[in-house]
Amino acid sequence: MKLLLQIRHLLNLYVQQFKTTFATMVQYRASLVIWTISAVLEPLVYLIVWSTVSNGSGGSVGSYTAQGFAAYYIALMIVNQVTYTWIMYEYEYRVRQGYLSFALLRPVHPIHADIADNLSSKLITLPLVLIVAAVLALLFHPSAGLHAWALLAFLPALVLAFLVRFLIEWTLALAAFWTTRVSALNQVYFVLMLFLSGQIAPLGLFPPWLQTVAAVLPFRWMLGFPVELLVGRLTPLQSLEGLGVQAAWLVLSLLLVRVVWRAGVRVYSAVGA
Amino acid sequence: MNFLRLFAVFFRVSLLNEAAYRVNFFVQLFQSLLELGTALAGLAVIFSYTTALGGWRPDEMLALVGVFFLVGGVISLIIQPGMSGLIDSVRDGTLDFTLTKPEDAQLLVSIQRVAVWSLLDLLMGLGVLVVALVRLGEKIGGWQAAGFLGMLLAGSVIVYSFWLILACLSFWFVRVENLLEIFRSMYEAGRWPISLYPGWLRFGLTFVVPVAFATTIPAEALTGRLGIGSLLGSLAAAMGLFALARLILRLGLRRYSGASA
Repeated sequence: MKLLLQIRHLLNLYVQQFKTTFATMVQYRASLVIWTISAVLEPLVYLIVWSTVSNGSGGSVGSYTAQGFAAYYIALMIVNQVTYTWIMYEYEYRVRQGYLSFALLRPVHPIHADIADNLSSKLITLPLVLIVAAVLALLFHPSAGLHAWALLAFLPALVLAFLVRFLIEWTLALAAFWTTRVSALNQVYFVLMLFLSGQIAPLGLFPPWLQTVAAVLPFRWMLGFPVELLVGRLTPLQSLEGLGVQAAWLVLSLLLVRVVWRAGVRVYSAVGA
Repeated sequence: MNFLRLFAVFFRVSLLNEAAYRVNFFVQLFQSLLELGTALAGLAVIFSYTTALGGWRPDEMLALVGVFFLVGGVISLIIQPGMSGLIDSVRDGTLDFTLTKPEDAQLLVSIQRVAVWSLLDLLMGLGVLVVALVRLGEKIGGWQAAGFLGMLLAGSVIVYSFWLILACLSFWFVRVENLLEIFRSMYEAGRWPISLYPGWLRFGLTFVVPVAFATTIPAEALTGRLGIGSLLGSLAAAMGLFALARLILRLGLRRYSGASA
């Protein structure tokens, strides 16, 4: 009974957060357009660069043709849109300005408000990105081996990727408790993400040792894995294994959030405290 | 000359201000090196699968990366800080203090803020460019070198004028910072030769947001790809846009009423 009540409270919180976020986003329509431009431009540029490479070297790079790259990067654009967060930019500001104090006064863990805020703004931006993806599909003629089972497995993979990415980036954002120079740390993270999540190139194009590194680290499981699954690059067994690894990272990152959050709140002191 | 003297003064003041925060220097150095390393590693990945990207060989791409960092450094050193300063002072009414000074208003608003550490990006771009030039060797004649310097200057003037025009919109509209952000994210596409992109995108990156003039065209001049027509067109665009920017700033200033007027 108590648990049910708690869940209802949380649901209520998510609904309220959605209303607030929605109202804010309608106010800042221009920022929406900017986010969409940068969310679209980066995968689009890599799509074009790799298509050029593959057309210039006899029609394919590894197992990817120009159409294969188109499918990969359009899928990446969508998965990235669903899973990305901006929390690392925000936390530094919150801690420095002392706004975190308000969040600490609330009777629920502040991560819920952030998840709700993230999901709400996605509900608004995702249709925009899907439209762009459809237009790009018309322009670049993607081709991929779509399987019904892969589409089915894609959904849990996407949800897990979102959760793992959110928890890890939220934990990293907490670095703001200890230092005010988070921008250098963030940049290191983004470089690792660029190379090891499959953004700069599909991981299958990297040398085997680097693929092993990418399999051990969390980055691939936050972005590249659902993309490869969706465009039919994985066998059923590989997909199952991947879901298992994602689940393991979920558990690990949950532990990480708990430990780091407790330690961080202890060192936080707002002005006037 | 007056410009150089004033710029030196503003630069010195900014440097003195920043000197109090020396750790920032090392943080910025680390971040700039990381960004350069990322760009080079990206090229290495691409060129492990091909010998030329849309006709651009590795050394030529290196020159393009150099130009990208060089112009990017100029943007974040002086153009971006100055223009966001202009927007802020129009909104707050503090532009009054600039206008009452006995110097050209456009010059003053353009150099009022200098982000000193961005000099690192600029120097790194120069370094990469020198390495690329040495490796390209004799292939570069005197005409190409002159064309390159001319296009680099024209490209910088075009980018500067474009930002100034956008910033001047703040005389008429309240929030225009977002427009500047759009340019920053579009500039990323200038890492690669514009000729790779499909027609509609090439058009957009040339005539709607002038990224091509800043990066691809100078690099094309250097590697002997630029026809005389594009060269002259680029020079004309630089002069035209500069004149337009100056005109729009004047119109804006006429409309500006200050903080308490």
